[in-house]
This record gives sequence, structure tokens and C-alpha cells, in this order.
Amino acid sequence: MIKTKQQLFGLGIAMGLGVAAIGLPQAAQSAWEPKKPVQFVVMAGKGGGADKAVRFMQSIIAKNKLAPVPITPINKPGGSGAEALVYMKGKKGDDYTLMFTLNSFYTTPLRQPALGVKVEDFTPIMRMAEDTFCLWVNSDRKDINNVDDFVKAAKAKGNGWIMAGTGKASEDNLLTDFLNTTYGLKMKYVPYKGGGKVAKELAGNNADSTVNNPSEQLGFFEAGKTKPLACFTPARIDLFKDAPTFKELGKDFVYFMQRTVVGAPGMSKDAEAYYQGLFKKVFESSEWQGYMKKKALQGDSLSADALMNYWKKQRDVHKGMLMKMGAIKG
Amino acid sequence: MRKAEFVMAVVMGIFSLYLMWKSAELPVGWISGEGPGGGAWPFWLSAIMAICCVMILVNWYRRKSPPSQSDEVFMDRGTTIAVGLVAGSLIVTVALFYVIGVYGALPLFMIFYVRYLGKHSWPVTAVMATVTPVATFFFFDIALKITLPKGLPIVEETVFFPLYKIFL
Amino acid sequence: MADILLHLIQGFAIAFEPLNLLLIILGCTIGLFIGAMPGLGSVNGVAILLPLTFLVPPTGAIIFLAAIYYGAMYGGAISSIMLGIPGASTAVATTFDGRPLAKLGMADKALTAAALASFVGGTISVVLFTFVAPPLAHVALRFGAPEEFSLMMLAFATFVGLGGDDIPKTIFSIAIGLVFAAVGLDIISGEPRLVFGDIPGFMHGINFLVLAIGIYGIGEMLWTVEENYKAGGKSMMSDAVITVQRTISNLKELLSTWKTALMGSFLGYFVGILPAAGATPGSLMAYGIAKQISKEPDKFGKGAVDGVVAPEAANNAASTGSMLPMLTLGIPGSPTTAILLGGMVIWGLEPGPRLFTDHADFVWGLIASLYAANLFAVIINIAFIPAFIWVLKLPFTLLAPIIFVLCIIGGYAPTQDMHDVWLMIAFGIVGYLMRKLDYPLAPAVLAIVLGPLAEPAMRQSLLISGGEFSIFFTRPFSAPIMIAALILLALPLLKPLLRLVNGKKAKA
Repeated sequence: MIKTKQQLFGLGIAMGLGVAAIGLPQAAQSAWEPKKPVQFVVMAGKGGGADKAVRFMQSIIAKNKLAPVPITPINKPGGSGAEALVYMKGKKGDDYTLMFTLNSFYTTPLRQPALGVKVEDFTPIMRMAEDTFCLWVNSDRKDINNVDDFVKAAKAKGNGWIMAGTGKASEDNLLTDFLNTTYGLKMKYVPYKGGGKVAKELAGNNADSTVNNPSEQLGFFEAGKTKPLACFTPARIDLFKDAPTFKELGKDFVYFMQRTVVGAPGMSKDAEAYYQGLFKKVFESSEWQGYMKKKALQGDSLSADALMNYWKKQRDVHKGMLMKMGAIKG
Repeated sequence: MRKAEFVMAVVMGIFSLYLMWKSAELPVGWISGEGPGGGAWPFWLSAIMAICCVMILVNWYRRKSPPSQSDEVFMDRGTTIAVGLVAGSLIVTVALFYVIGVYGALPLFMIFYVRYLGKHSWPVTAVMATVTPVATFFFFDIALKITLPKGLPIVEETVFFPLYKIFL
Repeated sequence: MADILLHLIQGFAIAFEPLNLLLIILGCTIGLFIGAMPGLGSVNGVAILLPLTFLVPPTGAIIFLAAIYYGAMYGGAISSIMLGIPGASTAVATTFDGRPLAKLGMADKALTAAALASFVGGTISVVLFTFVAPPLAHVALRFGAPEEFSLMMLAFATFVGLGGDDIPKTIFSIAIGLVFAAVGLDIISGEPRLVFGDIPGFMHGINFLVLAIGIYGIGEMLWTVEENYKAGGKSMMSDAVITVQRTISNLKELLSTWKTALMGSFLGYFVGILPAAGATPGSLMAYGIAKQISKEPDKFGKGAVDGVVAPEAANNAASTGSMLPMLTLGIPGSPTTAILLGGMVIWGLEPGPRLFTDHADFVWGLIASLYAANLFAVIINIAFIPAFIWVLKLPFTLLAPIIFVLCIIGGYAPTQDMHDVWLMIAFGIVGYLMRKLDYPLAPAVLAIVLGPLAEPAMRQSLLISGGEFSIFFTRPFSAPIMIAALILLALPLLKPLLRLVNGKKAKA
């Protein structure tokens, strides 16, 4: 079915090009533009961080009239991104399907090789930002003011220390594992659905610590409910001047979550160039820049081959981390 | 009716067993210090389903439930045709989504239902067959920006690209 | 107190600015129609229209979205009553008595009851919201996984005895709903679960709507097709009429349901405040309790007006309630408020306790607009009732294909996945056959709504406690809720026992 569809699609394109070549010799040179609504697949459910970012980009495009057609978000939250990845795989050669990805873009294919997807298959459009992580505790813990206090308190409680996070083998789980091995802790990792929920569990004292993104904890932080102890960034985050980086504390460890726009595998070169241009404009818009600042997002825009190289490097890093964790073998 | 009750209970019983087997892909027991494993919830609930099916069969044997007492035919000929035609037309309509898209299939479904099942006049049929897809298109594709299936690419390119140009 | 009133008056000045007033009316109307569409609820309405709101200032934007939210909550009752298809999970409980009422030719009464109950629920909760907000937010924050599980148990417990007379079939129905709820991803272990045949469509789980539209939409329509065939093509969706006289007598009768409306409003508001709970468990619990306290519990499920009033008052009250943790804590109480929250952040407003002081205009403008939205929603809703009644009087063979189309599109729209459409048709056909054999299906729909909330909460709690069930009984909020749930669950078992004891006494 899919095959015949593609053949027909190809036929359609060939016919279209034929007509264009005969009738309008000049038109072939004009730049490619989408002619129907573009699907923007979100690897997560409605209302989550990725979903909000996608709807925000959609609104920037609509407001500034950057594209002639609407960009329509569609949520494929199943199986930690597995559903979205399989869907994209089925859209091979499609010029109208984009996806917004997180780090599950690397980890899910590694953990589920049966899906048969690799990062190399996808079309690199644009990295919009890198989200950062910090270690958080509740402000009621007056006894914990730095990482040393934290280590002492967590050690004392052994595996009764609850670290809340967003799902097994997720970014939060990897960071928890890092802390456990680096500091010799036995914190218990409890997975919740979504970073907002995790942040709330900490603010309500239902968890002892979290490794939330700054944006997820910002509301509670500003209300004085939670406090960051240290961040997994190369340099201190402007919003949390008092929180050192783990690098400063002598642990050479930096971790980011990408927020990247990915195109369907085998997208045509013209479409690829078009979307790269489109999201460059989105990235440079004052709205997006303001959003990044407010959410403590970092990272420059990255696209084409540079983005592909970044993916490959990150994939290998995650492979190492997952192997260490025991989530995957070889 | 009696036969149907038996068949349904057996089919659902087998389905319950399949669910148990499928749930057992994840640990179904108690993991010390963690609580039940990932498969426990569906596994034990499927087991309850299976037990219920056995109880339904017991009731069937003892003729205790109303359907197992009834001698009525489960689906008489007329009902089978009436319901079968409707269910069948739904399945065909949805299958046609892949080929001629929602906006090709809906008018056909309307014509079939209104004209052949409903025996309404052709003018009424024509109104239903045009108003339904047009209203759907403006409500979903245009106003809400929910793109409904358009079928094969060739359909979308020839029919909808000009429409998108006008309305989007 | 005087302070609050002053703020509120300022808020009204903002809400009644021409642009904002227009947005309220527009939002209520759009919301009403989105909510009335099977498959589309407030979540879809708000998510889809969010990008539109960047064209107006933030206060106008949130007013618009809140009006859509409100309108959709009203609208959800319309498809529940007229077609028997719950448009969103919040409206499931409304079908239990709304649809039977419509079948008895009293669709007008049910629709009026739903609209007015929604109004009462909405108004009471906005008043509560205005005067007792911040302390409750802290209760909400303390609510963790154990409390959530206890609450789900309570929601289940209020429904004991909802099923049919055939006990094995009722239990089967509950169990299959809970198993379907487990399809997708096990979030605790991160492993895919019950992905039948490795079909990617099962990875996102079985959406409640797919089962509900399948059973209540397709299945129910096939059932009506059979009835219609047996009645020689004479059956109708509802032969309601609407006259001024009837409306007046309906209103009189509705006055007697004020207790139910109040109960539903308060319950809905407090459940709505709790994070992750939202309006669905609130409306289910309100229905269950209305039945328990009713003098005529046997009428429930067969067309009791109280059975429409309770869930409708509760779900509207809960939708306001769920805005409280969103505004004060930045925690969404429902998926819809999660999207509203996203909007707020994009507009440059950081939710949290400081929002009330830093952006008082915004907060009080919103609160005032909730009062206004509520008023407009009920007026618009009631104004449309004659039109809805007229639609119901169309010949069945014209109405039926329209409903089938609504079901199919409604099954497709939320996930935009053909997989869900096929699954829905399969549920419809199997559901129709099972219904013919007296399998009660409402418990399955309830179970698939509550299951995804209950199971992770239970396992997270046990993970925290290291496998000890005592965690549900030792925490200050969880313990009373859990004990109440267990007592309610035990009641039906105790009743026959008590009867037995009493019977023996009587004989002796």
C-alpha cells in the first residue's frame, strides 16, 4: 500500500514537473514552497513542554506570516517517542512532515532496535535550542544549601531518598544515575508523567529532589518553594547566579536536551532548504529569542551537516550512558 | 440468543487468555521493594475477565441469565441485513478514505444511506451529499486546521491545492 | 474582603471592555459547538485556537480561551443528551441519565437542566474561587501519588451498583476497561505494554474517546438501526417538543434539584482543584453521590433529572476549580489548563503566587470574565435548545448518517490517526453485539477513564513506600479518603448481611 502510494506520488511529482517544464520554463527555478498544510509531529502529549514549544513556533509562523500554509501540530506521544519515530519512518520522501524532538530521538531507537530507525535517516532541519538541567530540592530543606549537604542528606536516607523524574531511561533517569554513581548514592528513581508533574511533586514535598529543566521549576523557584543546588551546564545560568555548575564542583559533566526540528527521511533537497530557511527566521524572531531567555534555554541554531554531526555525537554519548546504566547491551 | 451467549462468552474467554499471555511480556509478579511489576495490572485483571467468562458459562449452563433462557433468534434475517448494511457501509467508507479521501467518501456514504437505505428523494439526497462534506471541510480543515485524510496524493494535488490557495 | 470586591469591580471593568466582551461571546459560542461535537472537547478547542490568541493582548487572550473552555463544558452535555455520545470524558456521567431522558421525549428538559446546572456550578465555583483561593492551593500542592490513588478509589466506590443485574458481566466490563487503559507504555518501567501485533497505533494507548464513541456512538446507532427496522422505520432519536408551557413546568421541576446542584458544585470545585484530577472524576463522583443520597435511586440510569444536574454542575465547577492551581502554583489541574498554562507563559506571564500581585489586572480580569462567560454561555446555550430539538426531530434516516459521520470524524480528529477510526468501528460492532447479550458497557467506559489515573498513582506510591500498602493510610490527606472509599465499597456487601440479620430478627 505504502509502496504504491509512493509510486503514485512520484508519478504525480513527475507529471507535475513535466507540466511545469513544458508550460512554465521559468517556474522551475523559483524556490520551493509548501502547497498544503505541513504536519508538525510532537513526540509528546498535549500540554507538555515540547507541545507548548511547537504551538509557540506555530504561532510565530502564523503571526509573522512566515509560511503560505498553516503548520499543524499533531501529537504522537506513544512509547517515549517510538510512535512518532515509526510514523516518520512511514513518511519517507514526504515534504510535508516535520517533527519536534528531544533526546528520546537518540535513546528510544537505542533501547528499541526493533523499530528500525536511525538518526542518520532523518533530515536535519534546525536545532532551535538546548534545554538545561539543574538539581533541585525543596526550600523547606534549610539543611541543604549546596551539593555537599545534599550528598550527606541523601546518603543518610539511602534508598529512601526519592528522586522524581519523567520516565524510565529518560534524561532525568540518566542524570540520576550519574549522581548516584558519582557520589555513591542510592537514590530511588520514581517516574512520573511529564516534567510539570515532577516539579509539583518536589514543591509539595512528595519527592526529595529532582533534576528538572529550569523552565519547569521557574514558577516554584520564583515563589520561593524550591531551590537549585547546581546545574549541568558549562557556565552558570543567569537566572540562578548562586547555583554553581557541576564543572565548578570538579565533576567534568555537562548535559543538555536538544529541542530540534527534524524532517521526514528522504525529504527533497528543495523542501529541506525551505524549512531550514523558515526555522532560521523563527529562531531569529524576537519572540523566540525572548522565549529562550525566559526559559533559560541555551544553544545556537544548528542545521544541515553540522546538525547531523551533532546528532551522531550525541547518539554515541547516550549509547555509552545507557550501557553504563544497564538499559541496553552492546 | 442462547447460542450467541455461549459463543460470546467463549470468544471473550479466549480473548482474556490472550490478554494474560500478552501482559506476561512484562513482569507480572511482585517486585520486592517496588510493588507490582509492569504487567501485573493487566495480567490479573485479564485473569478476572477469564473467571467472569467461566461464570457466564456456568450461568449459561444453568440457564440463569436472560439471554441463556431466550429462544429468540440472536440476529434474524432482517436485522442482520439492516445492521449489516449500515456497518458494512461504514467500513467501506472508512476504507475509501485511503483512496479518494474523506471528501470523496462522505458524499458516497450519504447517497447510499439517504437514498438507498432512507428512500428519500433525490433533491434531499443531493443536499445531504453536498452540505455534509462542505460543512466538514470548513469546520475541520479551514476553521480548526485539523487536516482530514485526502486520499491518494493525486486527489489532493488536483482538487485541494487550489482550495488551500483560496482558503488557507 | 473589601479589597477583593474592589479588585473584582476593576476586573469587571476589564471584562466589559468592548473587545473583551466580544471575545467572551465569541469564545462561548465557538466552545459550545466544539464541545457539542463528539470527539472534540475543551482540550482540542483550547489547543487549536491557542495560536489565534497572539493577535490580542494577553488579558483578552486568556479571556477568549477561558470562554472557549466554559462554552465547551456546556457543549459537552449537548451531544451526551441528544446523541448519547459523550463528547469528552467530563461528559460521560451526563449520558447516563441525559440520553434516557431524551429517549423518553424529554430532551428539552435534560438540555435545560444541563445548562442551568452548569450555570449554578460555574457561578458557585467562581464565587469560591474569588474568595477562598490561596489556602486551597496549598492543599492541592500536598496532593501526591498516594492521595491521587485514594481519590480514584473513592471515585470507583461511588459507582458500586452502577452496572447491570448480571454480576459476572458487570465485573467483566470493568476489568476489560481497566485492561484497555493499560495499553501503550508502562511509565514505571518505560517498556511498551500490550502493543497488539506491534501496531504503532497502540503505542499511544487506547484513547477513552475511541471506546466511548465506538460504544455509545457507533454501537448505540446500530442498536437504533435494529429498533428502527423492527418498528418499521418509525423510531426517532427523540420525539421531544418544546413549548413555553413545557419550559415553565420544566423550570419548576428543576427547582427541586437545587440540593443536587449545590452538592455537585461544591464537590466539583474541590475535586477540580486537585492536580491531575480535573473535571472527569469530579463529575463521576457527583453522579454517584447524587444516586446514593437520592430518595429514588432506582430512577437513576432511566431518566432522573438529578442524574443530569449533578455531573453537569460538577464538571463546570471543576473546570473553574482547576484554574486555581494553574494560576497560583503553575500546576495544571486538567489537560486543558495545561495548555492555558502554556499560553500564559508564551504571553509573558509567569504563573505562581506572585501573579496575583504582579499582574492583578490579568488575574481579576480573568476572574470577572469567568462570571461573564458563565452568564453568556447559559444564555447562548438555552437560546440554541429549540434548534437542537428541531434537529432531533429530523427523520432517523437523515439524522443517522450525520451522526455516523460525526463519530468517524470525531474518532479521527483528536489523534489524526486512522488506526483509531478502525478501532472505534470495531468497538462499535462488538459493543453492539455485547449489548444485545445484556453486557453492561458503561462500567468499561468509566474504567478506561479512571484506569490511566489510578494505576500509575498506585505504583508510584508503592515505589515510594518500598512496597508497603500502609502509605495509603498514614498520610493526612490520603487516609480519610481511602477509608471513605473502603467503607463505600464495603456497603453493598454489608447490606445483604444486615438484611439477613434483620430478617432473622423479624422472624424471631
